[in-house]
Amino acid sequence: MTNDGRNGEGGGTALLDVRDLKVEFRTRDGVAHAVNGVSYRVAPGETLAVLGESGSGKSVTAQAVMGILDSPPGRVTGGQVLFHGRDLLTLRREERRRIRGAKMAMIFQDALSALNPVLSVGAQLAEMFKVHEGTSRKEARGRAVELMERVGIPAARQRVGDYPHQFSGGMRQRIMIAMALALGPDLIIADEPTTALDVTVQAQVMDLLAELQRELTMGLILITHDLGVVADVADTIAVMYAGRIVETAPVHALYRVPAHPYTRGLLESIPRLDHKGRRLHAIKGLPPSLTAIPPGCPFHPRCPLAQDVCRTDPPPLYEAGPGRASACHFWKETLDGAR
Amino acid sequence: MGRYVVRRLLQMIPVFIGSTFLIFFMVYALGDPVAAMFGDRAPDPATAAQIRRDLYLDQPLGKQYLHYMGQIFQGNFGTAFNGQSVTELMASAFPVTLRLTLIAIVLEMLVGITLGVFSGLRRGRGIDTSVLLLSLVVVSVPTFVSGYLLQFVFGVRWAWAAPSVSPEAPLNELLLPGLVLALVSLAYVTRLTRTSIAENVRADYVRTALAKGLPRHRVITRHLLRNSLIPVVTFIGTDIGALMGGAIVTERIFNIHGVGFQLYQGILRQNSPTVVGFVTILVLVFLLANLLVDLLYAVLDPRIRYA
Repeated sequence: MTNDGRNGEGGGTALLDVRDLKVEFRTRDGVAHAVNGVSYRVAPGETLAVLGESGSGKSVTAQAVMGILDSPPGRVTGGQVLFHGRDLLTLRREERRRIRGAKMAMIFQDALSALNPVLSVGAQLAEMFKVHEGTSRKEARGRAVELMERVGIPAARQRVGDYPHQFSGGMRQRIMIAMALALGPDLIIADEPTTALDVTVQAQVMDLLAELQRELTMGLILITHDLGVVADVADTIAVMYAGRIVETAPVHALYRVPAHPYTRGLLESIPRLDHKGRRLHAIKGLPPSLTAIPPGCPFHPRCPLAQDVCRTDPPPLYEAGPGRASACHFWKETLDGAR
Repeated sequence: MGRYVVRRLLQMIPVFIGSTFLIFFMVYALGDPVAAMFGDRAPDPATAAQIRRDLYLDQPLGKQYLHYMGQIFQGNFGTAFNGQSVTELMASAFPVTLRLTLIAIVLEMLVGITLGVFSGLRRGRGIDTSVLLLSLVVVSVPTFVSGYLLQFVFGVRWAWAAPSVSPEAPLNELLLPGLVLALVSLAYVTRLTRTSIAENVRADYVRTALAKGLPRHRVITRHLLRNSLIPVVTFIGTDIGALMGGAIVTERIFNIHGVGFQLYQGILRQNSPTVVGFVTILVLVFLLANLLVDLLYAVLDPRIRYA
């Protein structure tokens, strides 16, 4: 969602415009509906945070956008992924591959397993230039060193031949970031980029990412379950539950007053300085199985506000104020109740 | 790394001594080589005693062994009872078997790894199932069956290949025997590669490689295969030793005058110096092949360090 004119159909500012995306996984237990009609937009230079528990479909959505879904068993069954106005889902495989890594890049959670253990980091960085730009081996290596310096790896020239396991966790994640930045992409999708790191290093890596994003005016999709990370860097938040977006809002508006009971539950489950001494609330129950999502609002079995209508009618995304939307029949009551 | 190699080489010494002593003991102490020379006839006691003295057979076993080892280190593997020196036999036999082994290893790598990659990438589908079944059949059929069968079909019926190999054993005549020799290991290489590929194909670094926009063939060869080959290389390395010594059946079937053939003749005629000499060399080949595999590990996987 862009901050400006999110209702403008095909508004020219969107870098990425995901519309009604649906993804299924065929499993032994039946068809898992991992993503059920997700729409979001990212403008150049904007940071969209996608928030949700594990299994909410936030990573699968990102993989479908990147085109790296495990398939089979995964399958995109509907929707559009417009990137610079072109629907990626209709492109030929080879055209899509050229965009991947070059125009849109992805940063993964655990850099130790996401980097190839048997290739030097230099080789893994240089590969980007060789494959996408046909750069010579020597020049690619030089640019790999530049990239490593750019993301703040000390003694990059000496360390370019080292292997992933020889770096610390924070340095490895910096290398992942360098790899994503290599060809100056317009969009970066970061899937829990700091989850595997120490708290002190988390802040450094996040700062680096935010700084580079500002400098290069890239769109950034930040996938996370950590509300703390989101507050500092995101412009917009999309909260996902059971493969749907349940609320989107500018980040500060959402923190002030959530418009969906699930978001409120999330906010009440983290300790806050201004609410010292209060008991933390946990959301009761568990997220539904994706092979058997309850009818109506998927959150109703866990929702304190649930009424009969929630059990039968799936709520649409209601317009809930400037730049925000909520998929709750009682979004007004939720907003008022939180005030 | 250097220190590791030295240590491994030193560790070979007791293994070498132990295994050679064992084979020496079994051949010399458990049979009577002199009686064997005379076949059915009873040897003249004086002549027998003379031969025993000449061949050092009247000494205690330990002394015999030391004498034998001393000679080996001077490059003298003794004389076969037919008067030919064992080194001469080796010089003619080892190059032949080496060529045969080479063909077998290359077939294992080319065919086995290729089949393994294809079925590993299509786990659970038609190709995978048929490759698995086929490899199971190949593993279960002993070499003396598959060897005669292929010899009959390709060598006799269709005459695509020479059914028996001439003494010079040129490479083209060794293709069919090489295939027979490789068959069982080839099936193992296929299965090993398949499992390894299927395991790694969902690895995070493969997803990263895809996200980088690399072409599919590069993702498979450079990222997936590099990581999946480590167990396969181990198997192929140890197999070198096994193939060189284990070609007895294949060499018999195709009348190849290699190591297996000479060993077979040696055992049949209780030709002790031949048997002990050849086995000694095979022990060395086996040990060195194993060392090579361990060193290759570090090349394939930089996380492994030798200290």
